[in-house]
Amino acid sequence: MRAFQFTQAKTVDAALDPGSRFLAGGTTLIDLMKLDVETPERVVDINLLPLARVEAAPDGGLKIGALVRNSDLAVHPEVKARYAVLSEALLSGASPQLRNMATTGGNLLQRTRCYYFRDTAYACNKRQPGSGCPAMDGYNRIHAVLGGSEHCVATHPSDMAVAMMALEAVVHARKDKRERRIALDELYLLPGTTPDKENVLEPGELITYVTLPKLPAGTKSHYLKLRDRAQYEFALASAAVVVSVSGGRIERARIALGGIATKPWRSREAEAALEGKSASEENFRAAAEAAMHGAKPLRDNKFKIELAKRALVRALTVMTA
Amino acid sequence: MATSVVGKEVTRVDGRLKVTGRAAYAVDHPIENLAYGVPVASAIGSGKITGIDASVAEKMPGVLAVMHHGNTEPIFRTAEPFERDSHPGENRPPFEDDVVYYYGQFVALVVANTLQQAQEAARHVKVSYDAKKPLISLDDPGAETKPTRRHYTRGDADAAFASAPVKVDATYVIPTETHNAMEMHGSIAVWKDGKFTLYETTQGVMNHQGVISQMLGVPVENVHVVSPFCGGGFGSKLFPWPQSPLAALAARTLGRPVQVTVPRSLMFTTTGHRPETEQHVRLGATQDGKLLAIAHEAKNQTSPMNDYVEGCTEPTPFLYSCPNVTAVQSLVTLNIGTPTSMRGPGTTPGMFALDSAMDELAVKLNIDPLELRLRNYAEKDESSNRPFSSKHLRECYQTGAEKFGWSKRNPKVGSMRDGNEILGWGMATCTWGAYRGGAQARVRLSADGRARVSCATQDIGTGTYTVMAEIVSDKTGIPLDRVDAVLGDSSLPPGPTSGGSSATATIVSAVAQASMSVMDDLFKLAVHTEKSPFNGADSASLVMSSGRVHKKGESPESGVPFEQLLKLRRIAALEQEAKTGGAPGREKYSMHSFGAQFIEVGWDPGIARLRVRRTLTVMDAGRIINKKAGGNQILGAVVMGIGMAMLEETVYDPRNGKPVNNNYADYLVATNADVPEQEVIFLEYPDLAIGEYGARGIGEIGLTGVASAIAMATYHATGVRVRELPIRVEKLLESRV
Ligand SMILES: Cc1cc2nc3c(=O)[nH]c(=O)nc-3n(C[C@H](O)[C@H](O)[C@H](O)COP(=O)(O)OP(=O)(O)OC[C@H]3O[C@@H](n4cnc5c(N)ncnc54)[C@H](O)[C@@H]3O)c2cc1C
Repeated sequence: MRAFQFTQAKTVDAALDPGSRFLAGGTTLIDLMKLDVETPERVVDINLLPLARVEAAPDGGLKIGALVRNSDLAVHPEVKARYAVLSEALLSGASPQLRNMATTGGNLLQRTRCYYFRDTAYACNKRQPGSGCPAMDGYNRIHAVLGGSEHCVATHPSDMAVAMMALEAVVHARKDKRERRIALDELYLLPGTTPDKENVLEPGELITYVTLPKLPAGTKSHYLKLRDRAQYEFALASAAVVVSVSGGRIERARIALGGIATKPWRSREAEAALEGKSASEENFRAAAEAAMHGAKPLRDNKFKIELAKRALVRALTVMTA
Repeated sequence: MATSVVGKEVTRVDGRLKVTGRAAYAVDHPIENLAYGVPVASAIGSGKITGIDASVAEKMPGVLAVMHHGNTEPIFRTAEPFERDSHPGENRPPFEDDVVYYYGQFVALVVANTLQQAQEAARHVKVSYDAKKPLISLDDPGAETKPTRRHYTRGDADAAFASAPVKVDATYVIPTETHNAMEMHGSIAVWKDGKFTLYETTQGVMNHQGVISQMLGVPVENVHVVSPFCGGGFGSKLFPWPQSPLAALAARTLGRPVQVTVPRSLMFTTTGHRPETEQHVRLGATQDGKLLAIAHEAKNQTSPMNDYVEGCTEPTPFLYSCPNVTAVQSLVTLNIGTPTSMRGPGTTPGMFALDSAMDELAVKLNIDPLELRLRNYAEKDESSNRPFSSKHLRECYQTGAEKFGWSKRNPKVGSMRDGNEILGWGMATCTWGAYRGGAQARVRLSADGRARVSCATQDIGTGTYTVMAEIVSDKTGIPLDRVDAVLGDSSLPPGPTSGGSSATATIVSAVAQASMSVMDDLFKLAVHTEKSPFNGADSASLVMSSGRVHKKGESPESGVPFEQLLKLRRIAALEQEAKTGGAPGREKYSMHSFGAQFIEVGWDPGIARLRVRRTLTVMDAGRIINKKAGGNQILGAVVMGIGMAMLEETVYDPRNGKPVNNNYADYLVATNADVPEQEVIFLEYPDLAIGEYGARGIGEIGLTGVASAIAMATYHATGVRVRELPIRVEKLLESRV
């Protein structure tokens, strides 16, 4: 770890220093600083900011402070009752110890687990634009089959963000005096030719809240995560489904997939394939095909395409049973 | 002897210290003026160091030295061991020359006042290389394959296989596995007045002493190794790895205590591993399932520095009855660090191949796999022509089958269900050699009413402290809470390495004999002490039980507490030592433990998810000294086996030889959530050929059947025969069940 300057901010205004990195739970940032992947000169601890509450939003939705811990959010009664997909996604992530530290804002901005990104001895377009991507012909079992480019195929590893994607969450961010709202789907950027730019936030822009819109009555939601071991592993493939079914017909579907793409992957294709259709296995399969259409496998991750399909079909089956 | 603790469920005497965090592991020892060494590891897989530029690092705050092959006095090699054990993990001493044999080899050591200063400076040591493409894979055409001396034959397996009516011919692959002990390898070396004190985490304090004495060129009595606790070794701490001689060298060079801890990432390269193996097995059989031929050829990775043989074919000559057997081992030298024993070395990977092939044969013959094993039951060791000292494998199979409900198994693939899940049932044979070596132990009876037992062995988490105390308690009747066990210190009477599941069998006799001889002294004292109730009696008429000396045939209450006799004579303590050798029956018998494992997996085809649902292990491992610690050994081994079968794999980048998943998040071992209901049954037939207590080792045997039983259960559930571990989702997607 390199030497760095450390401050603690007590107010949001005091935290907004464009030259600093925010320290929330630290489970990504400190980890990567130890590996020399993150080398901030200044770090500002934001844990004292008054952003650790979950409140009702005016529209009937939920307003989640950026510093709400993953473990607290997962068991919040409103989340469990109304946004089961989020609670399930959170509880499927990391370990209890990590979830006790990890925050809502930090989770959204966690970095990829790509082996080559995490080792500075390798080239990496994310770390050093233009240096190359050793994952392309390296060991790429955990890498993305959707949303990649020839410059980067690193998977976005968050479970929480996948659930929030299906819930159409909105991110609230502050920079200087300006406050803006960003649809979660628009927060993340595809790697394209600039994999170093992962999201639209500017340096020093602070996530303050995430809001979840109210769901239509009768909506059910579920998160299914598939992986090698039963706990404490990132997703190989996961599916977040938020659906309302009436008279055997799917009225509304919001679908997101995890573990398979360079960002938390909202699948409008799958949604279109489902809405207005009957809740049948055949239609679920068609939606899964639509979701994974155009997936590009690498040497070691072809199985993820099939696995993601099965995750989606199962999640839909469970939700409409 | 009614109150003996032997054979009971005894809680570990060191348990409280451990769960309250007060057990001081190697680098927990508070040492004044301690400096910290951080290794710089090679970033290439093969080649030469062309330069080491430490100019920046040396000027950084707190830096005391940057040591490397160009500026340090040599660390010596160890001589071929003749009498004593003296094996380092890697034959080549660190910094011997400028050659890089594998990624992660230590090429420099930065020593500084604090760990952080040393880490920071280590990043600024610039090493330049002349790199070659490393050899990483067993089937790399550039890799050299060497025959070994391990070659066994009886009959003519090739001819018998060729003419056999039913054949299985298959190749099984197991990737590199890394031990991943929780406690990282670490050493603190103190050099004072020409003597080393080394705080280590080791499975062999005596071997460690011998190795450092040789590598640092000091007389053996000037090396004192202290290792009171070991936070897991699984074989990776049997032999000293480079951090230990480097800490010693740095301490001597700088005249200051130095600690070197191996970071987790380098525990994947530089502290041993179970090497990748490829095993070709051919079985020939009659139509009714009698084996005619077994041909087992195994090869494994080794490093350019050592010839490490992973003895996969060890069980092959004696496990099943068969007239024609050949077993051959060979080595492939790759640019990967030196392998070492990993829990159940040789036999564990070997049994995956051999018993998987047996299952393939059972499927071909349409014979129940358990029945196939019974049809080929070895009544004697056909390789040595000796009887087994105590073999109850048939009973293991039968007890296990009954408990598990094996008779309800429908052999048809995918035919058994529980709700959404398809069930797969597998079983396997377990085996492990029964070893016992030489040991010395000392027992002391003190006037304060306590006993002390000491031996230069170590407790690697298996319960050795407790077993030593139990034996003293068994012999003297002194309750466990008044017996202090002392170990993990090379200045004590020389004891065994904790390896090969031999420590318990080795120690119990020495402790028992030392107990007996100190009691003899006590009886003599009792009959020669004026105020003693036994004054003038025949010492042979005395015995000790419940901690009291009394006349044979009379109750303990009739006698006196032992400490009273010592007090009468104003003696602080009596102490005796005993030295014992190998197993008495080793010339006459073939000595092995056996067992059977039954495993159920659940297969959810809709999401291609395979999980272990229950395991049952029945062990024939002689007498079990401590049922709790013993049962825990089997449970832990089964957990490790689940990891081996379904999760574990060290993945190397062929471009530079780096293990890409070199951390606890990316290298998967089984978590609690992966571990289902488990049951362990011990048959408990004492094997007196190994010694008075009849206790054979149990540390490793629990691992030997797990992978093959899971592979078999997987086939039964999914129809997919996985011959390459780990059994992961990509291999199962082809299932049509
Ligand atoms: C071993 C391991 C296993 C894991 N397994 C999983 C898993 O299975 N599933 C999963 O989803 N995740 C997993 N994680 C990731 C974990 O969820 C994230 O590390 C965690 O959520 C990050 O939150 P944090 O508060 O600790 O972030 P920090 O490390 O504090 O911050 C992360 C990044 O976000 C920035 N940041 C933090 N807060 C804000 C804010 N309010 N505004 C702007 N920027 C901000 C920081 O500057 C930093 O760049 C795992 C992590 C580890 C180490």
